[in-house]
Amino acid sequence: MHLEDIVKALNLRVVSGEEGLAAEVLGGYVGDLLSDVMANSKEGDLWITRQTHQNIVAVASLKDHAGIILIQGCNPAADTMDKARKEGVPIMVTDMPGFEAIGKVYNMIATKKGPDPST
Amino acid sequence: MAAWKGLTTNVLSHEPAIYENSFPVEGGTYENAGHVSSQIKALLKGMKISKEVVRRAALVTYESEINICSYARSGKIVLQVTPEHVTIEAIDEGQGIVDIELAMQEGYSTATDRIREMGFGAGMGLCNIKNFSDFFRITSEIGKGTHLKMVIRIDKDFDGI
Ligand SMILES: Nc1ncnc2c1ncn2[C@@H]1O[C@H](COP(=O)(O)OP(=O)(O)O)[C@@H](O)[C@H]1O
Ligand SMILES: [Mg+2]
Repeated sequence: MHLEDIVKALNLRVVSGEEGLAAEVLGGYVGDLLSDVMANSKEGDLWITRQTHQNIVAVASLKDHAGIILIQGCNPAADTMDKARKEGVPIMVTDMPGFEAIGKVYNMIATKKGPDPST
Repeated sequence: MAAWKGLTTNVLSHEPAIYENSFPVEGGTYENAGHVSSQIKALLKGMKISKEVVRRAALVTYESEINICSYARSGKIVLQVTPEHVTIEAIDEGQGIVDIELAMQEGYSTATDRIREMGFGAGMGLCNIKNFSDFFRITSEIGKGTHLKMVIRIDKDFDGI
């Protein structure tokens, strides 16, 4: 499953790191506590969060995440976008609430088939 | 006061360092938080150290860096690499820790609401540091500062520098 497939299927708004969209998504992680994400997420994960400040870029980059999805229309702060562009970390925004976004991403990654037919 | 874990073989002996560097960390702001961890991760990657060791070193550096940003006036991260170990020390000038045993408990945090809103202050930092290093020591002096020492053993994937 490539990041761009998820972006297309779920109509995510890409705000940074377009060059990373071809990357393979190996799994997902959900969390707003940075220490939890640092300890438990894995390389290639798509990280779903509602944190928007620039420190999420450092976490995603240190953990080699495939990218970050911000839920519920949470837009990244300006310095978050700057940093993400510089480091080539893909950040995507969706208006979906977390439950829905996570469910859809999970289905795509778990089944590796494609989008939920209801979308 | 010191907490010791996993003290083995020659971790504390004086094998010659093949790489050593010190990186300043600014206290009281998160503006550059993670910067030193990124630098150290890139450096270690360049030394062809295994991914697992790099990942653990990046994590312990990150949590130390965040604690300096959160609780200290200023500090530094000292990196030392030998063929056998990556050693990271986080040394700060700050308020120090009154009760180290309490601070080491998962979930204990004195972080403010503002810090918590950003997703820091879950009280997991020092536990993460301990869990991800092979050797960990913490000492602190109230009103002066805190000193962490973490050692991560390099596995046989190490190709030298
Ligand atoms: N470098 C430090 N200087 C002073 N106090 C510290 C330092 N590091 C940690 N502490 C204290 O220990 C507590 C626990 O730290 P930690 O496990 O990293 O969790 P958190 O930072 O999420 O609170 C902190 O809330 C703080 O009171
Ligand atoms: Mg901490």
